[in-house]
Amino acid sequence: MIPFHLRTTLRHAGRLTLMLALLLGSLLLVACNRGDAIEWRLTNVTGHMPDLDFRLVDDQGKAVTGQDYRGKVVLLYFGYTHCPDVCPLTLAQLHVVMQRLGPLADGARILFVSVDPARDTPAIMHAYVNAFDPRAVGLSGTPRDIEALSKRYRSAFTREPDKGDGQYEVSHSSAIYVFDRDGKARLLATPANPQDDLVHDLHLMLSLGNRT
Amino acid sequence: MIIRTARALPLLATGLLLATSAHAGEAEHIRASHAWIRILPGDLPAGAYVVLENTGDQPATLRSANSTRYGSVMLHKSSSEGGVSRMAMVESLVIPAHGEAELAPGGYHLMMGKANPPVKPGDEVKLTLHFDDGSTLDTDFVTRPANATDAGDAHQH
Repeated sequence: MIPFHLRTTLRHAGRLTLMLALLLGSLLLVACNRGDAIEWRLTNVTGHMPDLDFRLVDDQGKAVTGQDYRGKVVLLYFGYTHCPDVCPLTLAQLHVVMQRLGPLADGARILFVSVDPARDTPAIMHAYVNAFDPRAVGLSGTPRDIEALSKRYRSAFTREPDKGDGQYEVSHSSAIYVFDRDGKARLLATPANPQDDLVHDLHLMLSLGNRT
Repeated sequence: MIIRTARALPLLATGLLLATSAHAGEAEHIRASHAWIRILPGDLPAGAYVVLENTGDQPATLRSANSTRYGSVMLHKSSSEGGVSRMAMVESLVIPAHGEAELAPGGYHLMMGKANPPVKPGDEVKLTLHFDDGSTLDTDFVTRPANATDAGDAHQH
C-alpha cells in the first residue's frame, strides 16, 4: 500500500514526464521540419558559406545569375575542358549519381564553371557538358566574374606555365558545392567522399519537398 | 643456343647478352588489360588508361607511348591534394616485378592530343608503349564516350 502523499507525488511526476515528452517531441518535430536534424554524410557547410550568386554566361550564350537556378538543387564544380583526366572523371561520376537518383535528378542541376575562359567558349562548353549529362550546364564568363565566384566559395585556381606549344593546365579546386533549392550553401563533397554519400544526401535534399 | 655460344666467348658475352635483353626486354613480360581512351568532344585532349602487369623477375619502366592517330601522347599524373586538382608530366612509371601498375582516372594516365583524323567512341586505337630498355609493346585501346567510368564490359586483352 503506497501512502497517499507519495501517490500524489508520483502522479505529479508522471504528468511532468508526459509534458516534458510532449515538449521534447514538438521540439524535435520543429527541428526535423527545418532540416536541422538530418544527418548528412557530406560536410555540412550550412550557415558557413554565402548563397549561390554569380553573373556568368551559360552554354547557350545567355547571361545568367545565381537567381536563375533557384528552385533547383545545384551541384557547383570548377574545371576546364582541356583537362583530360580529373574533370571528365568528376563529371562522369556526377552523371552516375544523377542516374542513380532517377526522376528526382530532374530537380538538380550540375553547374560546371570554367576556370579557363580564354579557351572555353559557350559553344565548346555546350558540347562538353552535354557529353556527360543532360542536366549539366556549362558556365563561363569574364575572368573577373569567374574569379569573383571562385573567391566567394574560397576556391582557387591557377593557370600553370605554358608547355611551349600554347597548351597549358589549370590547377583548380576539386570540391563539389551543394546548394539547396533556395540557393543556400549546404554541403561540400570532395574526391574522398564515396559516391554513395553523394547519392544519399542528394536523395534526402531532393525529397525534402519544394521550397516554401 | 646463340646465348650459350656467346657465354662460351667471355669477351663477347657481355655485349651480346645486353643486346639480347634489349630485344626481348621488359615489354616481353608485360600484359596489358582494360585499355581504354575517354573521348571528349571536338579536339579536346583525351585520357588513356591501361592496367600493366609485369610477369617478369625484374621491374619494368614505362617511358612513353605513341600512336599513329594522335600527334601528341604524354605520360601524366593527376593529384588532388589539399583540395586542389593538379596535373603534372611524369618521366616514367615503374611496374614492379610480379606486380602491376595502373593507369586509371584520377592518377597516372596518357594525355592524348591532336587526334588526326578525329577519334569517335567505338573506334579502336593502337598505342605503342615504350619501355626503359627500348623494348616496345603494341596495345589496342577501345574508345569510350566522355561519361564512361571504365573500359566497359569484355575488353580484356
